[in-house]
Amino acid sequence: MLTIKDLHVSIDGKEILKGVNLTVNPGEIHAIMGPNGSGKSTLSNVIAGRDVFEVTQGEISFLGKNILPLTPEDRACEGIFLAFQYPVEIPGVSMTNFMKAAIEAKHAYHGTTPPSAGEFLQMIKEKQQLVGMSQSLTGRAVNEGFSGGEKKKNDIFQMAMLDPKLAILDETDSGLDIDALKTVAEGVNTLKTNDKAFIVITHYQRLLDYIIPDFVHVLHDGKIVKSGDKSLALELEEKGYDWIK
Amino acid sequence: MEHPSWAHINLPPIDYQSISYYAQPSDKAKYESLDEVEPEILETFNKLGIPLEEQKILAGVAVDAVIDSVSVHTQFRDKLEKMGILFCSFSEAARDYPDLVKKYLGSVVPYTDNYYAALNSAVFSDGSFVYIPKNVRCPMELSTYFRINAINTGQFERTLIIAEDNSYVSYLEGCTAPMRDENQLHAAVVELIALDNAEIKYSTVQNWYPGNKEGKGGIYNFVTKRGLCKGNGSKILWTQVETGSAVTWKYPSTILKGNNSVSEFYSVAVTNNFQQADTGTKMIHIGKNTKSTIISKGISLGKSSNAYRGLVRIAKTAENARNFSQCDSLLIGSQCAAHTFPYIDVHNNTAIVEHEATTSKIADDQIFYCNQRGLKTEDAIALIVNGFAKEVLNKLPLEFAMEAHKLIAISMEGSVG
Ligand SMILES: Nc1ncnc2c1ncn2[C@@H]1O[C@H](COP(=O)(O)OP(=O)(O)OP(=O)(O)O)[C@@H](O)[C@H]1O
Ligand SMILES: [Mg+2]
Repeated sequence: MLTIKDLHVSIDGKEILKGVNLTVNPGEIHAIMGPNGSGKSTLSNVIAGRDVFEVTQGEISFLGKNILPLTPEDRACEGIFLAFQYPVEIPGVSMTNFMKAAIEAKHAYHGTTPPSAGEFLQMIKEKQQLVGMSQSLTGRAVNEGFSGGEKKKNDIFQMAMLDPKLAILDETDSGLDIDALKTVAEGVNTLKTNDKAFIVITHYQRLLDYIIPDFVHVLHDGKIVKSGDKSLALELEEKGYDWIK
Repeated sequence: MEHPSWAHINLPPIDYQSISYYAQPSDKAKYESLDEVEPEILETFNKLGIPLEEQKILAGVAVDAVIDSVSVHTQFRDKLEKMGILFCSFSEAARDYPDLVKKYLGSVVPYTDNYYAALNSAVFSDGSFVYIPKNVRCPMELSTYFRINAINTGQFERTLIIAEDNSYVSYLEGCTAPMRDENQLHAAVVELIALDNAEIKYSTVQNWYPGNKEGKGGIYNFVTKRGLCKGNGSKILWTQVETGSAVTWKYPSTILKGNNSVSEFYSVAVTNNFQQADTGTKMIHIGKNTKSTIISKGISLGKSSNAYRGLVRIAKTAENARNFSQCDSLLIGSQCAAHTFPYIDVHNNTAIVEHEATTSKIADDQIFYCNQRGLKTEDAIALIVNGFAKEVLNKLPLEFAMEAHKLIAISMEGSVG
């Protein structure tokens, strides 16, 4: 589904990713761990198409298509979703309008018919239940005045609404309380199907108790230095990163 | 009188001798069919969802069928007349209700008021007149149904609205369609009079031709709008969405004379390309316990310049007067400018006057966030801008608000890249 080959990325002439290789198949959950500043968010932003980062070398293909020439919105419509480490506020824009615009954009891209107003409202209801987001939040402006945890939940709610093929969750667990963490994880597990994949970026083993990864990778200084199964996360929790550097 | 020069605008001298001060509205159509109209204009009409028949009229295409709105017009006028509400052209009012006209015309904006008011007072030939009698609530938004009919009122328009004790009226002016006009200079005067406990709500959506991308052509809009809260407990509400004109010079103002009178001003002004806007309001507090609120949202794009100019004056007599002003500017791109000129003049120390101002830019990460959810950058900007202006747009009557949203989205076009 997602194939990254020898990816090098720079910002302002400074190289941040230094040859990342990663293959994600449908139905898989990959966890990426690694010290602060190792390039995890950079990697997720580059997959999503943020243009402040310059891809100097390498390839990214998604569902067999080279996505490097695509705009961020086209990548989104192709089915890539990013839950941000720091979701931004968009004052005055209601969640309903925002989601409506997003869903309509996706349907326009694929030439399909968007849901009717009734279907859309029904969808909002269902999905907010699924991710445990309160109705009062969907009634407000996008992330405006949301608490840190509420913003994270909101991104997961949006993920549920947009039903992506590949979802990248960048430290979605940071800032979530234990109950919220469980609900969000349950949401992810419900959404998980054989044709979808997740990349979960986290610092904590705890999340991986609920969302069980097929693979765990360690990103260090712009490279994946170690990959393994879920036991690697436990090992990291115990020993830290020193031993693999 | 001298042409005023204090506004934050750049304007070549106007040749007042070359202006035609009266033109008989012509029945002759400019075009025979819509096919002859510039495609750019038609595209905008379609985006705004304006019905085909209205498009023809707006563009100046010959129409053979009598449109519905004419019969709608008479139908509503009859209904209003039964309630004692007078709503007609200014010339009809001068003929049919001379006493009212004599009593109130020029009572809020005297001909000596300013350069353009003097010009208007000297040469105006028509406009609109509204009279709401005591204890009557006007049951409909006035002028919505007259969108088309009101078009040919010309460049020196005069509006007079009188609301008697305990009455209410909501008046809509303008049109979201881009209005072309051979007349470059528009100098209208609007006077509102609210008597005891009366409420006047005046909403404007203005989208006159702003000139082309190089700044050529476009309309100069120099209008004087003022309301008088004459009676105790009266209320005047101004809401404006300004996206058009090459140069806008406009300060809908209220004189809060009656005790406990209230006025609110909500404004969104969008400037793009080479547009210039110097707009704002004046709130003159004279009565006791008078209260005013000013919410101004300026959005600048391209190489445009957008200035808010506001005056809050608390007279000696205005015990316990209150004002709250909030002026927010949003800059899109790096070549535009926003300015805020708040003047506060307080002569009574029981007054409370608050002023807040912010200037912001749309952040790249906001746009990226929208992009990541599938929205094109242009749509993202339109969404963010509508969010920024929401407080004001919410004040518009519903039908106008929908159009205003679309209008703002259209005004953002070409703002990317
Ligand atoms: N816009 C930017 N300008 C300059 N440097 C940047 C920018 N974005 C990221 N970097 C740098 O790139 C490196 C990787 O940052 P990144 O955000 O990808 O780390 P991370 O692995 O997500 O860290 P954390 O665990 O703290 O979230 C850091 O050294 C960071 O300072
Ligand atoms: Mg990060």
